[in-house]
Amino acid sequence: MKRILSGNEAIAWGAWEAGVEVAAAYPGTPSTEILETFATLPDVYAEWATNEKVAMDVAIGAAYAGRRAMTCMKHVGLNVAADSFFYASMTGIEAGLVIVSADDPAMHSSQNEQDNRRYAKFARVPCLEPSDSQEAKEMVAAALDISEQFDTPVLLRITTRIAHTYSPVEVGERQKRPPKVEKFPRNFEKYVMLPVNARKRHPVLEERIQRLAEFAESFPYNRVELRDQELGIVTCGVSYQYAREVFPDASVLRLGMTYPVPRRLIADFAGKVRRLIVLEELDPFLEEEIRILGIPVEGKSIFPICGEFSPEVVRDAAIAAGLLPESERVVPPDPIKGDLPPRPPVLCPGCPHRGVFYVMKKFKLPVQGDIGCYTLGAMPPLSTIDFCGCMGAGIGVAHGADKAGGPERQIAVIGDSTFFHTGMPALLNVAYNRGKTITVIMDNRVTAMTGHQQNPGTGYTLQGERTVEVELEPLVRAMGIPNVRTVDAYDLKAVQEAFEEALAKEEPAVIITRRECALLPEARKRYLPLRVDRQKCIACWTCFRVGCPAIRRSDEIFEKNKRQKSDIDPLLCTGCEVCAQVCPQHAILFRSEVAPAPTPAGGQS
Amino acid sequence: MKEPINFMLVGVGGQGTLLAANILADAGLAAGYDVKKSEIHGMAQRGGSVSSHVRWGEQVFSPMAGKGEVDILLGFEMVEALRYIEYLRQGGRAILSTHQIPPVAVTSGGAEYPSQARFIGVVEQVTKDYLLVPAVEIAQQLGNARAHNLVILGALSAWLAVEEHIWLEAAARHVPAKALEVNLEAFRRGRALAGQARKR
Repeated sequence: MKRILSGNEAIAWGAWEAGVEVAAAYPGTPSTEILETFATLPDVYAEWATNEKVAMDVAIGAAYAGRRAMTCMKHVGLNVAADSFFYASMTGIEAGLVIVSADDPAMHSSQNEQDNRRYAKFARVPCLEPSDSQEAKEMVAAALDISEQFDTPVLLRITTRIAHTYSPVEVGERQKRPPKVEKFPRNFEKYVMLPVNARKRHPVLEERIQRLAEFAESFPYNRVELRDQELGIVTCGVSYQYAREVFPDASVLRLGMTYPVPRRLIADFAGKVRRLIVLEELDPFLEEEIRILGIPVEGKSIFPICGEFSPEVVRDAAIAAGLLPESERVVPPDPIKGDLPPRPPVLCPGCPHRGVFYVMKKFKLPVQGDIGCYTLGAMPPLSTIDFCGCMGAGIGVAHGADKAGGPERQIAVIGDSTFFHTGMPALLNVAYNRGKTITVIMDNRVTAMTGHQQNPGTGYTLQGERTVEVELEPLVRAMGIPNVRTVDAYDLKAVQEAFEEALAKEEPAVIITRRECALLPEARKRYLPLRVDRQKCIACWTCFRVGCPAIRRSDEIFEKNKRQKSDIDPLLCTGCEVCAQVCPQHAILFRSEVAPAPTPAGGQS
Repeated sequence: MKEPINFMLVGVGGQGTLLAANILADAGLAAGYDVKKSEIHGMAQRGGSVSSHVRWGEQVFSPMAGKGEVDILLGFEMVEALRYIEYLRQGGRAILSTHQIPPVAVTSGGAEYPSQARFIGVVEQVTKDYLLVPAVEIAQQLGNARAHNLVILGALSAWLAVEEHIWLEAAARHVPAKALEVNLEAFRRGRALAGQARKR
């Protein structure tokens, strides 16, 4: 029976069917569900590694040890893991190794939209690109077979629209396969990349990629669909779907392997069509490969290089280029709507980051941010973060700005999981190089942004086993920073004092603001909505400055300033008391002052 | 040959639009269509604006339809329905919940939430073929406001030539067992409501 699976779920199933035994990843949208799904399947080992580089090393190690392995990451994760990606290409493997890169055209939840097919060419690693969930599943098996046949890691590149599109998939059985080697191979020339060996390996991979280009000529997922020969479209990935949607009559060369490309197949296809175009998102990767063959082709002169495609983007560009008649244009309705209130992402009600930013803002110091929910502290009304670049960058940037000698103390904020990911070396660097950056570790006890994954601070593994729980305070002290203060993120006075104490000394300091994510099940059990005492509220609107979605304007007007008094939405409020601490009139009641609400019918038992 | 249908579901993160999209896709597959469903995860889930595309057809290529290409729009919240209304083709059909979730820009920023009259005024510039459904109120009467998405799906089912048991079975595959009965009842209420509206 067919099941509707996302591309990510399909990849997990594909890995399981093809006998992958070890998989490691670090969560990152749009890749996270691959490992979350894989970890639930029988007879596999799956782990959240501390970062993508470690994850890739783990997968490589398993492949060296003779077991099929997989690692998965978002596109920028491959930047973190790039060093390992390159040596793996040099050494090759024993059992199949597939590396999944989930790129994010349009940057739905990313800081850039780099095209990771470049990495495949850069490291001489073959690259496969599925066009739907069924192919995503099948191509994992194809990638592992290629990996073993050619002694190379294989990059399986998907994009957000493949990862998070659901389509029917035929799910099969798991292949049983013996380990490729019993013990870790003692192979000095192949696995010890000293210069003496590396110099011998480089020609091996150059020769390997030539053989792969030959293999690509008959690779079944490189497919010619001859229809009308006026227009020929070379395409790959989800763009294939847009080609079929917008140009149903055109001939198509769908490349399932986008590096290395099948030269004869492309030349033959080009010879059969009058006009040759490439339809691909982001970089002109295939377009350049075809140009190198000396074949005239159009691509980015017609279709955009930025953002993701959709049928309308492709259709409008094609009409502008004269590929389609004007009559093909879909004219959408254009109703007069007036202004609609925006609904941008905000920190959730009860988020432990909110009060910390509220306090931090008062010091008016530069704050270097990082990647996680707390990046939303950059948005109004908190507007506290001055920089966000990539995972683990904030502490180093703060330290550099500090050493540049400006008049202000530097603050870096980073979440618990991001601290384990790449924050630790940066903090060690602050200590070692005698910086005085104040680092705030916002420890909400989970990897929250990507949907509550376990990490070294949670005490559980991906597959639900109890494990060690790292202690941040001794870890930070061991790095050489004795000024460590841990406070409850909900306790604004304690947060304030911690900052004052850190600022009083010209030394590095770490403030750990600890409180679990308000969406975690144990936090939900403690929800207790607060109330506004309307008699006391003077409509000063100080509470709105904490930017909580649960605080709203009431219908009641305060006579003196003619403004609406505040109100709290009992369905949204968790009872974190940040607003109650901020209210100068004590008009917002604390938890101890509101009668515990009776458990609603059908609520938690 | 199966007539292709493009659906779009829009609402606020946490409302259950994704669950409704899962049931809709599953019902399409069970009814013999090729289906695709596409959605965006990540930052959009945090109380933000959420949209899903579901496409049924003989063979579906693109995972999403473009502006002016959606045949049936399912709105789970009023402002979000207006935000995406131009995806509906002129004269297409819409099932629109009258539920309001004022964004922070309204509750604390003083921006205006559109009145129902303004809402209808915008919708009617695009289509007269729409059904307003008090989905949350109906679900609340049944004792579980979260079942509002099944009210919407029930109303939709009255518009489509897919047998009722296919819908109910698809719902059962996605709704947690302990909430199934109330969700199925919500579905039936929505279906009856749309059926009555058609007879009038």
